[in-house]
Amino acid sequence: MIVSVPLREIAYARSGDKGSSANVGVIAYTKEGYSFLVSYLSSERVHHYFSPLGPTSTIRYELPNLWALNFVLRDILAGGASRSLRIDAQGKALGQAILEMEIELSDDLLKASVVPVKK
Amino acid sequence: MTTNPLRIGNGQGFWGDSASAPLTLASQEPYLDYLTLDYLAEASMSIMAIQKEKDPNVGYARDFIQMVKAMIPLWQKGSPLKIVTNAGGLNPIKCAEECRNVLQGELKRPFRIGVVVGDDIFPLCRENPENPLFDNLEMADSMIHVHDRLVTANAYLGADGIADALKQGADIVITGRVADPSLTVGPCIAHFGWALTDYEKLAGATIAGHLIECGTQVTGGISTHWLKIPMGDSIGFPIAEVSADGSCIVTKPEKTGGEVSTQTVKEQLLYEIGDPDRYLSPDVTVSFLSLEVEEIGRNRVRITGAKGKPPPLTYKVSSTYRDGYRVEAMLTIFGQEAPLKARRAAEMLLNRCRAAGYPPQRSSIECLGDGAVVPGVITSKESVKECVLRMGLADRKQETLEFFAKEVYSLVTSGPQGTTGYMTGRPHIREVFAYWPCLVERNLVQPTIQILEVL
Repeated sequence: MIVSVPLREIAYARSGDKGSSANVGVIAYTKEGYSFLVSYLSSERVHHYFSPLGPTSTIRYELPNLWALNFVLRDILAGGASRSLRIDAQGKALGQAILEMEIELSDDLLKASVVPVKK
Repeated sequence: MTTNPLRIGNGQGFWGDSASAPLTLASQEPYLDYLTLDYLAEASMSIMAIQKEKDPNVGYARDFIQMVKAMIPLWQKGSPLKIVTNAGGLNPIKCAEECRNVLQGELKRPFRIGVVVGDDIFPLCRENPENPLFDNLEMADSMIHVHDRLVTANAYLGADGIADALKQGADIVITGRVADPSLTVGPCIAHFGWALTDYEKLAGATIAGHLIECGTQVTGGISTHWLKIPMGDSIGFPIAEVSADGSCIVTKPEKTGGEVSTQTVKEQLLYEIGDPDRYLSPDVTVSFLSLEVEEIGRNRVRITGAKGKPPPLTYKVSSTYRDGYRVEAMLTIFGQEAPLKARRAAEMLLNRCRAAGYPPQRSSIECLGDGAVVPGVITSKESVKECVLRMGLADRKQETLEFFAKEVYSLVTSGPQGTTGYMTGRPHIREVFAYWPCLVERNLVQPTIQILEVL
């Protein structure tokens, strides 16, 4: 069965600025979750998700050793820390924003991708 | 040359971080070898430039002098702790002299202050703005278009100057602009006797520096799991224990709040990076793709496997130029259809500015509380009953913004019912120092060191 859940169920994140661009790192809780994100969370999907903020391009980098993906969104900060009139001129909130994305996956895969219970 | 791990703490992640943190960390950790303190951001260099224009004796982070004063009792009790900081800003020599004045006569042992200078390339940019390396890295625009409005231009120096100063016996090293991780790499080079071509080791130390450079961001601060992390009332600042092979363990003092876990470490590894296979620093080009992150104990995470290649042939330059003025104002709107009312009130005000002959070149209207932090990305279906109206204006001319600043709070009596929260006084107009990232040839930049003896 396919279910729809927010990305935060299977991943955590961190974002920050690089001038007028920002990066958003997305880290899966499990190896299975990472494999799913590699196929699901494409640069196109992330670019489309953040398109209201006006990024001019989105590049994705894979870090399989950390179960992480790094997205660099060019010009998403409308001028960056010094010029942007936005409240979040440094992209501090983009990590929380991407974790709200609704994703679709099978319930078995979801089970294998959620936060592992600490022993 | 020793083989014990070098224990390097960070007690200041940015100018504005907890002022009490450096002394607290040093007191909590008697076996700390080095304390690194980062005081610089894009904006702080511009502020220092303006200060220095008015008074050639300032232009550095004066908080650091207070910090040094507070550390005197620790040194008097025999602490061998050394400090490496970029607090020198645009005036590292003056900063060092002021430190010496504060320490003079207080310490009963030889004590040296090392200063690294040479990062300031402002004259070079003013004289030769057509150098294609000075083109804006983001916009591919030539510096010719802004060089007459240039305020600062500083190359991010590497760890070599810091290491040289330490080798000459410095107890405090003060720099201007250096790459943040280099504050950590410098002590490692001096302590372990690494060569500047030991790229694998430099890569490991750069990772350690990258992890601790933002202070508590690696000990639970801004973590996705922040709410679940026991913070106590005081979060611990980070310590990197760097080994002779460049690998490190990140930890924090006992009995402090926060957490060092694979999760906090992985998050900070990803902070403000681009291509993880080519993390550029003036010391080494680092690959993150072979890193292994392992929790080896409570609040102890080991990071191994960094790979290094030679650094770029250029230094990254952070420069700023005057780009007009900006102002922000906030008002709280409560009640039925609050965001709609807020937006209408703001538009009314902007129209008034335009009609009076003061149209701003750029303006923004945000209804905070209604998804405005990431507008259009996160949209709520329900209408909220309160929001903060935030207006931002930017213009070449200060007068344009002054008209707005004098009009905006008239909304308290002419705006929608439920308009409140205007008690902070008229909004403050600020000069904009826009960021101009570029490069410079290494051979045009000459890092040099000076040593000051404290008597």
